[in-house]
Amino acid sequence: MAVEAREQPARRRLRVDFHVLGPLVALVALVILGMSLNDQFLSAGNVTNVLARSAFIGIIAVGATFVITIGGLDLSVGSMSAFLAGVTIIILNALIPQLGGGWATILVGMLACLAMGLGAGFLNGILITKGRIEAFIVTLGTLGIFRSLVVWLANGGTLSLDFNLREVYRPVYYGGVAGIAWPIVVFALVAVAGEIVMRKTAYGRHCAAIGSNEQVARYSAIHVDRVRLATYMLQGMLVGVATIMYVPRLGSASSTTGLLWELEAIAAVIIGGTVLKGGFGRVWGTVVGVVILSLIDNILNLTDLVSPYLNGAIQGVIIILAVVLQRGRKGA
Amino acid sequence: MSGPGPILEARGVRKSFGPVEVLHGADFTLTPGRVHALVGENGAGKSTLMKCLAGYQPVSGGEIRFFGEPVHFADSEAAESAGIVLIHQEFNLAEQLSAEANIFLGREMRRGFFLDRKAMRERARNLLEELATPIDTRLEVSRLSVSQKQMVEIAKALARNARVLIMDEPTAVLTGREAEVLFAQIERLKAAGVAILYTSHKLDEIARVADEVTVLRDGSLVAHAGVDEMSPDRMAELMVGRELSDLFPAKAGETAADVVLSVEDFEVPGHVESASFKLRRGEILGFAGLVGAGRTELMEGIMGLRSARGTIRRSGKVVRIASPKEAVRHGLAYLTEDRKGRGLLLKYGLRENLTLLGLDRFSGIFVDEKAEEAALDAAIRRFDIRAASKTMPVGNLSGGNQQKLLLAKTMLVEPEIVILDEPTRGIDIGTKQQIYAFVHQLAREGQAVIVISSEMSEVIGLCHRVIVMRSGRIAGEVSGEAVTEEAIVRRAMGLDGEAREAAHGS
Repeated sequence: MAVEAREQPARRRLRVDFHVLGPLVALVALVILGMSLNDQFLSAGNVTNVLARSAFIGIIAVGATFVITIGGLDLSVGSMSAFLAGVTIIILNALIPQLGGGWATILVGMLACLAMGLGAGFLNGILITKGRIEAFIVTLGTLGIFRSLVVWLANGGTLSLDFNLREVYRPVYYGGVAGIAWPIVVFALVAVAGEIVMRKTAYGRHCAAIGSNEQVARYSAIHVDRVRLATYMLQGMLVGVATIMYVPRLGSASSTTGLLWELEAIAAVIIGGTVLKGGFGRVWGTVVGVVILSLIDNILNLTDLVSPYLNGAIQGVIIILAVVLQRGRKGA
Repeated sequence: MSGPGPILEARGVRKSFGPVEVLHGADFTLTPGRVHALVGENGAGKSTLMKCLAGYQPVSGGEIRFFGEPVHFADSEAAESAGIVLIHQEFNLAEQLSAEANIFLGREMRRGFFLDRKAMRERARNLLEELATPIDTRLEVSRLSVSQKQMVEIAKALARNARVLIMDEPTAVLTGREAEVLFAQIERLKAAGVAILYTSHKLDEIARVADEVTVLRDGSLVAHAGVDEMSPDRMAELMVGRELSDLFPAKAGETAADVVLSVEDFEVPGHVESASFKLRRGEILGFAGLVGAGRTELMEGIMGLRSARGTIRRSGKVVRIASPKEAVRHGLAYLTEDRKGRGLLLKYGLRENLTLLGLDRFSGIFVDEKAEEAALDAAIRRFDIRAASKTMPVGNLSGGNQQKLLLAKTMLVEPEIVILDEPTRGIDIGTKQQIYAFVHQLAREGQAVIVISSEMSEVIGLCHRVIVMRSGRIAGEVSGEAVTEEAIVRRAMGLDGEAREAAHGS
């Protein structure tokens, strides 16, 4: 008995540690690999580049962490972002005669973008909860709808932001505070807030409960539909936030804006250790997942070790590996 | 080959889950053409023994012999190929597939590369006709009645050339007439040389169907005899192993006069019609009836878990309860009968489970984990919850400890009216006693308790007053000295004059 008692906790600790730290270990390995291959890897410029580029996906992926934790899925986020970007640009351009080409216009545009994000999330959520349609189907549908709408609005081409307004808006992507680019700051704020909400609030607990067993949640007096709807709206709002950061980057929206972002976001969530079937989610893991995906891309671009064309293949391997490790934990 | 000798035997079978041994060396023999009944209370080890025999679980000690030879079935599939089939109480059928597809699932007949649908349909039809169930075999299983599903299960077993049939409470979900059909089929199967293991809580049924009886109590075999040598009363005595009065605390005296809950003309579409009852402070009110009589549905309707119509008065005031949250606000709490499916998050630890229902008591902006821990410590003491660690997944707790945790979770919202649905299902006798004592204490402290139970002894031993439901209606009420098994059964079966109506099947 004594031997057994001593053995068991040790074994358990080892396993849990590995699972919890898995994504971090992968991240550290990638950083070491990057450093050894290119001495510019850790330069401020490169780090900023990597993090700023991951910010859009990252902000969206924080929302996706909640959606997946409640046992849902949102495939529409990439198209939604393109649609929001398109409409926001139209609104901004239309507001110039009334509000002028300054910050007032941009602020109104930002608020409109957030509101539309909430609205789009509400649409997804209400169809899933009240319409009793599977999340996969609903968001596959809205994926098509949003994408097609932006193409239609752009008349098959590109929607461009007014050139003068672009100059005013530009710092939101290219500027920063204390030497840190705005997208990184916003990403960090969203991630920290997301982690706290997931871990410390009743809402976060309810998300995990619903994803773990919807019936138990219902019988525990949780308003399951309300929490679900709120989660899809949160996702929509975060897509809005990401879009606000994205518009000044290129100042345009087209049929290729936000293409496949949904898959990258889901991949990041899964690599981070959130369970695809729901019931367990961690935001910090998602952040690590986003950075891992971004680093792979970056390393391939900085070195000629492997063709950058193989980026997708390597990311694919990592996603599958992450899921295999997850299953390993469940079998334990 | 199948002479009079045994076909499947358990010899000194032991089974442990973790450090807990639940079966302490059981012997059990199945002989072709005979029905051997296995009886015992919930948690006596019946399921475990059945699962060991059917290859669902490896034994921890002793051996299983098949045709006299020791065997180790790798899994239930291996046992099935050998002709040993376990028919679960909750069926193992693919609801969206046709009856014939289910019967041949995994053992489809083929003609070359393709399925031989014609041959399968023919064979399925023959099998079901032999079982006196002439249904269209192309029907989706989801559209069949419960007894038809059961016959499909048996046909499935026969299609696999079952020589041993293990039936886990097959009549629990059947009406009296459907059960008769089943008994006739069992006779036929016996004549065909099938060995049958039969379990049921209905002891008079055992006396009718079985040839021999084995009684299990707390994981040990206490008796084995021919069915003629053991009356149902004797079986019950052996099962319980002590006077029932030991198990239940002495009933508290008078209940207070004030009605805390009054339900009038309550209807849960498809399940309950025009139910009315009153509950008083300090009262333990039992709800008895057969499975499917609508007791759970009635309570879930009251709790806002199902759509329902009717009037609910809380201490005289009419209240509207549209969601469980509102029910909790009005001082009601419900402990579900489905501990694992609806009660607990099996992958989460004790703390998260304990506070899930009453989480708003622990959270302002953030959840106060320290307060949660304190509540957990208090609950562990109050309910005597035994867990190796507080963070272990509650799915790994024993049934009794899970139930105590679920009870603690329900009581955490400090309800004035507690509805306990099958509070002791599948838990050991020691824990039962603790739960009974707790229910009594609640009543003494002035709370009102509703207990739904399918265990007659529980209803009789625990409740001041018992309401009997049948086919979605309240069929009668007994209280005080009149709370007897016979009185309840008569009402549950519709034998009482006032309650005699055309039984409407659903």
